[in-house]
Amino acid sequence: MTSAASKQVIIVGGGHNGLVCATYLALAGRKVQILEARDEVGGGASTTSFAEGYKVSGLAHILYSLSPKICTDLKLETAGLQRGAAIDTIALDRDGQHLTLGVDEASGAGLSQQDRVAYTAFKQEFRNYARTLEPLMMNKPPRLKDMDRTDLLTLGKLGWKLRFGLGTRSMREFLRVGGINIYDVLNEVFDNAQLKAAIAADAVIGHHMGPRTPSTVLTYLNRLRWEIHGQQSLPPGGMGQIANALSKAAKSAGVTIRTGAKVQKILIDAGKAYGVQLHSGERLDAAIVISNADAKITFLELVGALELDAMFAQRIHTTRSRGNVAKLHVALDSLPQVSGLSTQQLGQRLLIAPDMRYLEHAFNHAKYGEYSEHPLLEITVPSIADPTLAPDGHHVMSISACFAPYSLKQGWERQRESFSDKIIAVVERYAPGFSTQIVARELLTPVDIEAQYNITGGHWHHGEMTIDQSFMMRPIHGAAQYDTPIAGLFLCGAAAHPGGGVTGIPGHNAAQRILAMGAGL
Amino acid sequence: MVSIIQSPLVQHDAKQVLLPSPFHPRIEQHCLVKNWMSWNGYQTARVYDTLASEYFAIRSSCSVMDLTPMEKYRISGPDALSFLNRLVVRDVSALKPNRVTYVVWCNDEGKVLDDGTIFHLHQGEYRLCSQHHQLDWLLISSLGMDVSIVEETHEVAALAVQGPTAYSVLSAAGFDGLDQLKPFGILHTQLDGFEVMVSRTGYTGDLGYELWTNPSNALALWDALFGVKQRGLYDLRCIGLDALEMVRIEAGFIMPGDDFNTAETTVRAGHDRSPFEIGLGWVVNFDKPHFTGKQALLREKDRPIERRLVKLAVEGNKPPVDSFLYDGKKGRRIGTIKTQIWSPILKANLAMADVEYRNGKLPVQIWAEIYYQKELEWQVTWAQCRISDVPFWTHPRRSATPPQNC
Repeated sequence: MTSAASKQVIIVGGGHNGLVCATYLALAGRKVQILEARDEVGGGASTTSFAEGYKVSGLAHILYSLSPKICTDLKLETAGLQRGAAIDTIALDRDGQHLTLGVDEASGAGLSQQDRVAYTAFKQEFRNYARTLEPLMMNKPPRLKDMDRTDLLTLGKLGWKLRFGLGTRSMREFLRVGGINIYDVLNEVFDNAQLKAAIAADAVIGHHMGPRTPSTVLTYLNRLRWEIHGQQSLPPGGMGQIANALSKAAKSAGVTIRTGAKVQKILIDAGKAYGVQLHSGERLDAAIVISNADAKITFLELVGALELDAMFAQRIHTTRSRGNVAKLHVALDSLPQVSGLSTQQLGQRLLIAPDMRYLEHAFNHAKYGEYSEHPLLEITVPSIADPTLAPDGHHVMSISACFAPYSLKQGWERQRESFSDKIIAVVERYAPGFSTQIVARELLTPVDIEAQYNITGGHWHHGEMTIDQSFMMRPIHGAAQYDTPIAGLFLCGAAAHPGGGVTGIPGHNAAQRILAMGAGL
Repeated sequence: MVSIIQSPLVQHDAKQVLLPSPFHPRIEQHCLVKNWMSWNGYQTARVYDTLASEYFAIRSSCSVMDLTPMEKYRISGPDALSFLNRLVVRDVSALKPNRVTYVVWCNDEGKVLDDGTIFHLHQGEYRLCSQHHQLDWLLISSLGMDVSIVEETHEVAALAVQGPTAYSVLSAAGFDGLDQLKPFGILHTQLDGFEVMVSRTGYTGDLGYELWTNPSNALALWDALFGVKQRGLYDLRCIGLDALEMVRIEAGFIMPGDDFNTAETTVRAGHDRSPFEIGLGWVVNFDKPHFTGKQALLREKDRPIERRLVKLAVEGNKPPVDSFLYDGKKGRRIGTIKTQIWSPILKANLAMADVEYRNGKLPVQIWAEIYYQKELEWQVTWAQCRISDVPFWTHPRRSATPPQNC
């Protein structure tokens, strides 16, 4: 081991979090190399071409959660980051009574004055709850035993926000709803079934949850917290543009990026990580190894159970990480027509979620290894704002379809086409003639996402974001502060706190932790 | 990949709460006082006739005990050795075929789950014997390994033949080739046409063997042994768990669950024990590849242990049952007696005790506060205790090879 090599920090996986972590470390003077298995970095933030001339965001397709602190710290705008125009959410109605859900205001012909007022109050109240959890976000989650100063400070801030930030009434209400399900909460607040479903959709998309699943208030807050910082948008060029900006920032900070370099093994001697071995057999030494991969890949494949205590390995093994969303990419020869929607409106985030029972029934199928008979759809047509994504006059549509369980009873191989047909049939009901406009289509089931993006179970968030897999229990206690039982091995991906979404925060927090520990020198 | 082969259900009458061992038809005849208890669900005798005669059979002639209820697991497959070496704290990579070794295993926190023995039966094929049921932990420990773990508790009948004349009895019963069998050795042999595995192992500190065979041979094996007695050659007696408890404490062997709380059954913090805390630091090997609990045990170097299980000889003739221990007569409380017996051969009260361990030192003085009854009147007395670093009792014939024919 040469001394130069021993000072190198290796990051396994160049997803958005790996890039963020790498850049922070490089800016602090560490020599960082990223090893990415795919041909491009960015992970779930990517732009892919699924048919000749048609491009679309490969996995994540809406930008809503990139941390503003990270954008500033890493000068991402200088590196070319473009957020694109802010978009609203529009819940589609078959009779043209669509609802528009803005940050603070909801509108639509079928919406009562009472619900409009309730919506504004609800959003403000719940954003306050989300704000209360802020102290937990940009820090390592505090340990409850053997706390250090940072942990005490984090808990202190959380306590202060809870007690004095919210005030007595809101704190009591927050503690009441924090662990329960979104279904009950929305039924207390609203009358309009479609409005309730559109909000509930935010709580369940990407999770193995229906509106009645406990913990759905937490997943909703997780999404809502981003409204504190800004609005959702469709970035020009697709999510790959975010990856490009991150990659550019990383390179200018001095990070070396190697693509097509799939790590096979994290090398460990006497409980300490000292390098990695690639599939090609090549070995690279490292002072520390940081894994952007999910917890199961990191510990059970790259490290291997033999290097770990038995119960630690077992607990990693039993974390829930089976994806439940399929992604359908559709190439269209013309713009779909939805009655009552302007072209500008068609370019927003569209939801097909008529009522909460519809969502719950859609989820019921997933419990038993079936795809939803009537799926919940989140639709974007990014080519409206960015015509470069498709040939002249043509369009691309990107649909996240829930629910599509990773472990489909009959296996995905034979069900792929029928599920695509099902999704298209649902869209057709809202946009007559839609199916005749289709030029090409591509369905990514969770099994495909697993294979293409190297994510266990094809789970967007590298593991369910339920309360028992969050905060100081993400991915499991004993590895929840970015360091792991293996000395010199760290986690920086969505498997770590605060979890999934194109936030960059796990990467940021991991870098802060590594720097605070003085590791990797 | 793990393969679990389901044991065929042992057939027994549902109204019979405790399972009869394959030796039960004979045991039932020998057990005169019907003092039964459950050992891993098997109907097991505490005492057959009188405790004293059973104890002295072990120490002066030959004893036979039914070992069938002991938990037994067959471990095989390409990763069997890696699996075992990751499971236990000892380095078992050098365990040769036909050898046996004593092991303990820990949870992630380095606290002892159980102890037992690993038998290397044939190249790459092992039997793990344990005090308590361990299948869950074994399966958890096998994640990601190509190993087969089969519980074979009910598929192997076993007898312990222990005592000064054990070798002579077995030879007279027709076993050949035992003269060269060293302690912790295994011999695969035949008796009257059926397969028997003999291991020179035991829980008594004396010369002794354990016999392992298919349950269908159980009665034939038993009859071959007791035929020696019938022919008037050597005396041998069945012994129950009470006599075993006496000799195992004399021999300094610990009993998980009695002498210390096993980690799996511990709820309260600090009530479980590491190998160092129960005096088994010598089996921990930090030089071998990773094993479960290694990091936690390494951390004990920074945070030294504060309790130790010790072998204690207690003065006087009052039994120190459940006694508190103090650093002087009416001094500060520093520990408790866990198990204790009266040793007829040493004429002493012997005990396993959990005591304070400060700055790497055992207490200088230990006094037991002993409550006892005189004609239903409670009395209290104090007895000084002495820590023994070595087993209270052992005998050179335990390890002599070839054993003396006597």
